[in-house]
Amino acid sequence: MRLIKQNIEQKDGSGTATLLPEEPEDMWHAYNLIRPNDLLRASAVRKIIQESGSGSRSVDRVHTTLTIRVTKLDFDPQASQLHVSGRVAEENKHVKLGSYHTLDLELQRNFTLEKNEGWDSVAIDTLKESINQDAKAQLWAVVMQEGLANICLITDHQTILRQRVETSLPKKRAGSSDHDKSVQRFYQTTYDSLLRQIDLSDPKPLLLASPGFTASSFQQFIKTQAASGANKQLQQLLQKIIVAHSASAHLHSLSEVLASPAVTSKLSDTKFARETQLMDRFFELMRNDDARAWYGPKECEAAVERAAVGKGGGVLLISNALFRSQEIKTRQRWVKLVDEVKEQGGEVRVLSSMHESGKRLEGLGGIAAILTYPIEDLGDEIEENGEEDDAWMNGDGNGHMNGIEGRREYDEDIDI
Amino acid sequence: MSSTGSTDSAKSTRKTGDGLAKKTEKLKLDEAQSATPSPPKVKSKGLDVPKLWSESKDTRKSAAAFVVIGHVDHGKSTLMGRLLLDAGAVAQRDIDKYKKQATELNKSSFALAWVMDTGSEERERGVTVDIAQHPFQTANTDFTILDAPGHRDFVPNMLAGATMADLAVLVVDANQLESGMKGQTKEHILLAKACGLSKVVVAVNKLDATAPKAWDEQTFHHVKAEVGKLLQSVGFEKEDVLYVPCSGLGGTNVVNPAPSSGDTAWVTGASGTLLHHLESSPAASPADDQVKAPLRMQIADVFRGSITNPLSVSGRIAAGNVQVGDIVVIQPSGEKATIRGIEVSSEPGDWAVATELCTLHLADIDPVHLRAGDVLCSTAQPVGVIRSFVTQVEVLEPLLPQGVDVHVGRLHVPGSVAALISTVDAKGEVVRKKPRVAKAGETANVKVVLETGAPLPVGERVVLRSGGSTVASGRVGSVSVGR
Ligand SMILES: Nc1nc2c(ncn2[C@@H]2O[C@H](COP(=O)(O)OP(=O)(O)OP(=O)(O)O)[C@@H](O)[C@H]2O)c(=O)[nH]1
Ligand SMILES: [Mg+2]
Repeated sequence: MRLIKQNIEQKDGSGTATLLPEEPEDMWHAYNLIRPNDLLRASAVRKIIQESGSGSRSVDRVHTTLTIRVTKLDFDPQASQLHVSGRVAEENKHVKLGSYHTLDLELQRNFTLEKNEGWDSVAIDTLKESINQDAKAQLWAVVMQEGLANICLITDHQTILRQRVETSLPKKRAGSSDHDKSVQRFYQTTYDSLLRQIDLSDPKPLLLASPGFTASSFQQFIKTQAASGANKQLQQLLQKIIVAHSASAHLHSLSEVLASPAVTSKLSDTKFARETQLMDRFFELMRNDDARAWYGPKECEAAVERAAVGKGGGVLLISNALFRSQEIKTRQRWVKLVDEVKEQGGEVRVLSSMHESGKRLEGLGGIAAILTYPIEDLGDEIEENGEEDDAWMNGDGNGHMNGIEGRREYDEDIDI
Repeated sequence: MSSTGSTDSAKSTRKTGDGLAKKTEKLKLDEAQSATPSPPKVKSKGLDVPKLWSESKDTRKSAAAFVVIGHVDHGKSTLMGRLLLDAGAVAQRDIDKYKKQATELNKSSFALAWVMDTGSEERERGVTVDIAQHPFQTANTDFTILDAPGHRDFVPNMLAGATMADLAVLVVDANQLESGMKGQTKEHILLAKACGLSKVVVAVNKLDATAPKAWDEQTFHHVKAEVGKLLQSVGFEKEDVLYVPCSGLGGTNVVNPAPSSGDTAWVTGASGTLLHHLESSPAASPADDQVKAPLRMQIADVFRGSITNPLSVSGRIAAGNVQVGDIVVIQPSGEKATIRGIEVSSEPGDWAVATELCTLHLADIDPVHLRAGDVLCSTAQPVGVIRSFVTQVEVLEPLLPQGVDVHVGRLHVPGSVAALISTVDAKGEVVRKKPRVAKAGETANVKVVLETGAPLPVGERVVLRSGGSTVASGRVGSVSVGR
């Protein structure tokens, strides 16, 4: 996203930012920036229906700029579309004040955002992340097993399932070649689907992962196609293929695959690798029941309160889904926690709920911490305090994510 | 992201809750689709199957299906090839032919294994990938071999075989005990238990290759002691476990007894042949109420049976009975089908009952509604399609709220452990509520949420795996159609 202008006050977070989405993933950033009650100004197409005296109707489509007070966001990761609904906050000749309207943010069209509660530290980090113009990592992955292939696009912030190929394969059977034949047909279909998705003129790394030999047999299949056909571009694709092992074709197997050195070395993006690494480390500590690892909202808050997530290795892992809460109070609660950890010198990682490591974190309540010293009784205290804390479970639950982190390198005040 | 349904998405209008799933284009290949004209309607003879079954009980030949398990390369398939050859179920000239072809691939030592390893990839790589199902008869018993793959990547297939078996044959390479005890010798033992198997014949294999001297008796006793310890720690009863020293490759003590002189002189004194032990471990026949229960069979395979039977399914009947002409429901699709033919042990018949492995030829259903892992059930009481369940599991590896693959026989679906409810002691008393982690060796109540609906009845045995390892196993407690 490009920052066109901004006048954000460091003191109180007041002011606006005008942004230009340039590529599909920017919709994901916008989704994480815009919250209910914010003021959003963007262009819209308004249908004007005119009825003439004779009763005939004509429909005019006019471009206009609307300002709405946001009530609801609807993000479609597959299509990279963001629909923002709200009430019109500034009247113009096409719309009445207070009427409802849905703005569909569009690429190459500016929008301007003003935060109802002001720009908090997490919003500012999200903004910085979204306008980061560094080269974007992108790769295609096919996680497969015989009869099932999930074709996904993996970006800095999202893992997007683009197509699922599923076929019922007869099992092997003495004296019948039906199984072998249908495996070949399965490869053919997966191959055809893949080619429909990827841009051969600018091939990105292509990761093939499976248990057993499926991925390497599929690679062989692509090679055979490349050798037999006249399609020169396929040759280039061959250079980009990485074959890796995964435990299954299910999407959650991706976290294992993406953490493997064969893959991380190909990804320019170290943030992603770092997050996966931290999640692995966290799970490892948990498996050993090490009291330096805790998860869950209350537990993490208690740990921060006891200054255990600070300098010397303290890490707070938090899903950006928590910041998308409808409740401003809830958002403020997490922003405060993030600020506190940073103050204490700990590392904060805001994980994208649309990446595999973010998904793992969501299972743990969206928040986990690695402490600088073990606290055995952290859980007991909370047990005594009783009441449930399931706020994180009531999110929109669809797993949206974004791999935004509290970037330390941006610690000085922004001047964008 | 919640991926789209594996079984339900394409065939029903089930709504998936997010835009991603909606937009993901679906591809279906209908392997078994055929253009044969619809055959005449099949009429049911209206047989009283439980009665027929109970009348034939005494005169019927006993039947047993055994799953052959153990670590990769320990000689399972070779042993089964040998068993079939020496039992006369496979001809020597077939083996000779395999030998010739295998030699061309530089895999001559796999000739006997090729009886099981029929897939081209299996033969090229010398590794079993999926279950080979092979019936054979002796004078007393109709056997079905379910030869499992040992490679850890194919544990899902091993599970499919284990849920269809009455007993297990655990093959252990006497020279590679260690690797197996850390690997799939151990995991397969755990899974055999998790699948409800209680009888095990342990084939201590490759004794022809013990070093420094072949047929070392001490090696046999050492392996027997170590494997025995593990089996008992997992919960197998001592009297349910038999040990056979053998060599599948050499054909010693498999069907033919070992020579009573020379290196193998001690063998006959230690144990009978593998076949002898198999014949002495008949499967218990099903209880009356299991035969009278509503029909339920997990589909292990959907295939083209023959020109006349373009659509067939196979599996083991878990409960109830079925006869030609019956109308059944396939879950999760909810589609109905008519049974137009039944085969048990490759013999056509009019009916089949619980515990039998059978092939059912179907009519009046589109193959897109069928896939391996689905459940074929009675129309009166079909198995419910659920989205979440609570289960009490034995924890094998530390468990957190995390993503898991949920395995039930042939079926495996992605899901997650959504909550650790409690850990309990041997009496079922709660030790800890909401533990932050359930440790290996503990018993825990957990809630499991599935990404797609799956047909799971209460009481079904489930195995949870993560990152290619088995992390827990238990039985389905309460179920829910919601998350
Ligand atoms: N010396 C000796 N070698 C054997 C014996 N049985 C099998 N082998 C060899 O062990 C290798 C593996 O045999 P398989 O029968 O394919 O083993 P498997 O357990 O079925 O392997 P997977 O199905 O892939 O797990 C082959 O080279 C066999 O020739 C035996 O009794 N003695
Ligand atoms: Mg084998």
